[in-house]
Amino acid sequence: MTNSADEPVGPRPTIFVEKQTYRMRRIMDAARLVPLLGVVLFAIPLLWPRGPDMGIMTSRTILYLFGVWVVLILVTMRLSYVLRSLPPADRSTDRGGAL
Amino acid sequence: MGALNALIAVCLSYVALLFLVAFFAERSAMRGRGGWLRSPLVYTLSLSIYCTAWTFYGAVGYAARSGLEYLTIYIGPSLVMVGWWWILRKLVRIGRSQRITSVADLISSRFGKSNLLAVCVTILAVISATPYIALQLQSVTLSFAVFAEAGGGGQTVYTGESTALWVAMGLSLFTVVFGTRNLDANERHHGVVMAIAVEAVVKLFALLAVGVFVVWGISGGVSETLNRIDASQLGQWQVNGGRWAGLIMLSAAAFLCLPRMFQVLVVENDDEGHLRTASWAFPLYVMLMSLFVVPIAVVGLDLLPEGSNPDLFVLTVPLSQGQQGLAMLSFLGGFSSATSMVIVAAIALSTMVSNHIVMPIFLRMTGGSASVSGDVRHVVLLSRRVSITAVVMLGYIYYRLTGGGEALAAIGLVSFAGVAQVLPAMLGGIFWRGATRLGALAGLSVGFVIWLYALFLPSFGPGFILSEAALLNGPFGIDWLRPQALFGIAGMDPLVHALLWSMMLNSVAFFTVSVMTFPSPLERLQGAQFVNVFQHSGGPRSWSGGVAQSEDLMIMAQRILGAAEARALFQREAARQGLRGDLPEPSPDFLENLERELSGSVGGATAHAMVGQIVGGMSVSVEDLMAVADETAQMMEYSNRLEAQSREVTRTARQLREANSKLTRLSVQKDAFLSQISHELRTPMTSIRAFSEILRDSDGLSGNELNKYASIIHDEALRLTRLLDDLLDLSVLENGQVNLNLRHGHLGDLLDRSVAAAAASDDGRRLRLTRDTATEALSLHTDLDRLSQVFINLIANARKYCDADQPTLEIRVTDHGDLLWVDFVDNGSGISTDAQDVIFEKFARIGEPRVGGAGLGLAISRQIMQRLGGEITYLRGESGAAFRVSLPRAAMAAQ
Amino acid sequence: MAKKVLLIEDEPNIIEAISFILSRDGWQVDTHSNGHDATEVVREKMPDVLILDVMLPGRSGYDILRDLRSGGGTETLPILMLTARGQNKDREMAEKYGANRFMTKPFANSEVLEAVRNLVGV
Repeated sequence: MTNSADEPVGPRPTIFVEKQTYRMRRIMDAARLVPLLGVVLFAIPLLWPRGPDMGIMTSRTILYLFGVWVVLILVTMRLSYVLRSLPPADRSTDRGGAL
Repeated sequence: MGALNALIAVCLSYVALLFLVAFFAERSAMRGRGGWLRSPLVYTLSLSIYCTAWTFYGAVGYAARSGLEYLTIYIGPSLVMVGWWWILRKLVRIGRSQRITSVADLISSRFGKSNLLAVCVTILAVISATPYIALQLQSVTLSFAVFAEAGGGGQTVYTGESTALWVAMGLSLFTVVFGTRNLDANERHHGVVMAIAVEAVVKLFALLAVGVFVVWGISGGVSETLNRIDASQLGQWQVNGGRWAGLIMLSAAAFLCLPRMFQVLVVENDDEGHLRTASWAFPLYVMLMSLFVVPIAVVGLDLLPEGSNPDLFVLTVPLSQGQQGLAMLSFLGGFSSATSMVIVAAIALSTMVSNHIVMPIFLRMTGGSASVSGDVRHVVLLSRRVSITAVVMLGYIYYRLTGGGEALAAIGLVSFAGVAQVLPAMLGGIFWRGATRLGALAGLSVGFVIWLYALFLPSFGPGFILSEAALLNGPFGIDWLRPQALFGIAGMDPLVHALLWSMMLNSVAFFTVSVMTFPSPLERLQGAQFVNVFQHSGGPRSWSGGVAQSEDLMIMAQRILGAAEARALFQREAARQGLRGDLPEPSPDFLENLERELSGSVGGATAHAMVGQIVGGMSVSVEDLMAVADETAQMMEYSNRLEAQSREVTRTARQLREANSKLTRLSVQKDAFLSQISHELRTPMTSIRAFSEILRDSDGLSGNELNKYASIIHDEALRLTRLLDDLLDLSVLENGQVNLNLRHGHLGDLLDRSVAAAAASDDGRRLRLTRDTATEALSLHTDLDRLSQVFINLIANARKYCDADQPTLEIRVTDHGDLLWVDFVDNGSGISTDAQDVIFEKFARIGEPRVGGAGLGLAISRQIMQRLGGEITYLRGESGAAFRVSLPRAAMAAQ
Repeated sequence: MAKKVLLIEDEPNIIEAISFILSRDGWQVDTHSNGHDATEVVREKMPDVLILDVMLPGRSGYDILRDLRSGGGTETLPILMLTARGQNKDREMAEKYGANRFMTKPFANSEVLEAVRNLVGV
């Protein structure tokens, strides 16, 4: 929605924001990036050699996959902890993932 | 028999415990002490209904058959949760702000509250959930059977069918009691949620316990277990890439679209903040759930005899080791998985069936009178209870008809693929405002039909509706319509094949039809609210709207009609109602009136919806309406801008035409310039030459004559000089090379001097002057000589050209704030309109009597006034010729 | 009886000069100084020679010339046109409308005298 003369709801989004708000926005960006990272990491085993003789051992794969899983969980945990302090007003001015 | 009895006793007490938990949770919530019920932990645990008996038992079986592929079923949802910022956050916000009750309600609300769409989604959901419910019943029955066998064979009394029936009935009862306790409010079921949270803990604990027993109790440690895995038949990492990626996508899609997941994720959500915790806690939960699956499968394959059902390893491995307690725990875990899934699925499906199928039919049958009498609550509760029982029983009947077995085990993924057909409409609906109802309908139908044809029907094996021949060679022998090789793409995994085609064609149909169709006003309104949910809904609204808010109506009307008009309308209405103040009561008359006013701007349907929504106070917030109103205002402003632009263009064109005709006139003038200047120079020269020749050639001229002719020559020479002076003067002024000699002076004195100077060249005509010396008492700081030159020129012009019998010139001085006006108005016939444009041009002498002067005076005056920072203009509308000399304030001396 | 010359010209000094020159040569000089009624004046006075200025207040000399040539007994009246604008265009206009002679100001007094004499064939 482009801005007309009067925006009805909430303050007009500003271009330059305080450092902390800027920080927050970048953390939101990071939160958006995590699943993409996950998709890539979980797809990597598809590139490994497969086959009866030259294949990778299942135990290695298990360790890798669960390792990725744990890393994703930890990253998300950290990000959601930071995003916890996000004031509600700021959440509502966020363009709903459209940014 | 003892074991079985013990099992039944444990089972019953466990169920009793669940009833108690649900009951107390419900009571605490009713008394407003349920704070602990609404914790992120409970929310996360309630999401665990994703892990059904199919995953509790089936994952191990899956791993035993296909290695690590089972992980995809957990990885997909993990990625969705980890990426909560993208989709789930928005879904939850929309769900809360729109009071969404189910996934069918979501789709229907988004696309203009279309009940047809809701019915489609409901049917799709019921069709794909029924086998799944049957699967849960089967798993409970099978696990009972395992214990029955272990308890000492030959249990003729025991039959699987009766177990399944008992379980189905028990589940129906539980769900009816706790799932339809309260109709009202936000459809949240604290008791149910609490019970499934407890079950979530039990199943995780059970699976972890079996896992720990297998790893440390049987295998002897982590590294030994890993060695054992590598040595087993699962030791090689083998995966079908298409299935790996496809299943991750499929499970992620199903996670979002499954009615029961939507129920716990969105509908039962109490606080958006809980999602933040669940974003990492739920992946952790499913990670733990899948952690010991491979070890259990490998150990089961090792220890148990060939041909044992790997789907039951979780039970049979502890039993084979004599661990009755652990097996019992494991049984409870599986039982929990099955029951919690059935309960939530039944609630979700019954809400959909009741709201979108039963109630509309009921309302139509009663002719809509029920909605007025307020008697509907009772009916809704009843229809929901019946629906719950029907859904569970449908699962039971399905189980009885198919008789369980392998076909059922495969149904999990098939069911996932079915509900995933909702995904394009769902995501398109919340991210794309261009999505339309018909688009969603087209996408859903196409996806549903392909899923049915390419996956669901073939999953029963040949002979069920699709004959073997049709399955192998296509219906009627049409090769490219083979269900599992559509369009000739053979050799693909059937699931991936069906998924690819159904999702692709679903999305294509959805997009194409959306692009080609035009949404209704309500659809557009809803679309704007869904897609921009973060911009105009601060949070969930209360349902207690109800009362029409005149103020809200006023604000909305202002946005559409404009402030003044809206206020006038409201004041008029208030006066008509005999009220003091500006706000009328929202009487039906007034609302109708207002709606009519609004429909002029936004169209009838939208106006109706808008007023209806504010007055009804139900599903659309005032802010949302504002957003639409603003959008309308923007559109109107835009069209106004376009209009203004076209006006601008017209104006510019007119200006261009004017400029062009002026240029043409000027060019004619410039052509005339040479002949003009030639004329002006030659005329005095003619006299000079003629008389000098007379003086030279003529004899006997009298002294008088001599004197007279000499002075003519002298005068004409002076005239020539004056002309040249004027030309030079103008040229200097035009080139901006003039130096202003700024001095202080008095306006009155300056006018006196100018009048005197103009009179000095008096040719005999009398010019009466009218002045008001009081207004002339102003100090000036400017080039007095130049300004005087302008005044002299104007006075002289009036003297020369005023054609009145008694020529009178009025000099008016007006102190006009930042400008000083000195007007020279005579009582002559003035200057014709078309001549007014050119009088300030060089040689633009007009008027009949030519009384000397080269027609440069006004051109020079104009140049002078420009240099002085003012201007000289012709005043239209005066009776005679009227000129205004404007001086800027700066030219007036600071006092 | 002296031949009559009518001079239509708006500059008083030029009128004075031409009147002086022609009177000294024995012509009877009438003058008129605006274009409005010039045609009527010419037809009323019926001079032997007409000296006509181009730039006249009220009516252009060319218009007067055209009127005179269109009838009323002045079709063959000898006419000397005077102009201060001196462009070829003016000379062409004069010829086109039927002036017998065209002179550009300033002129030599003898030239005017010569021209007037020639026009009446003296």
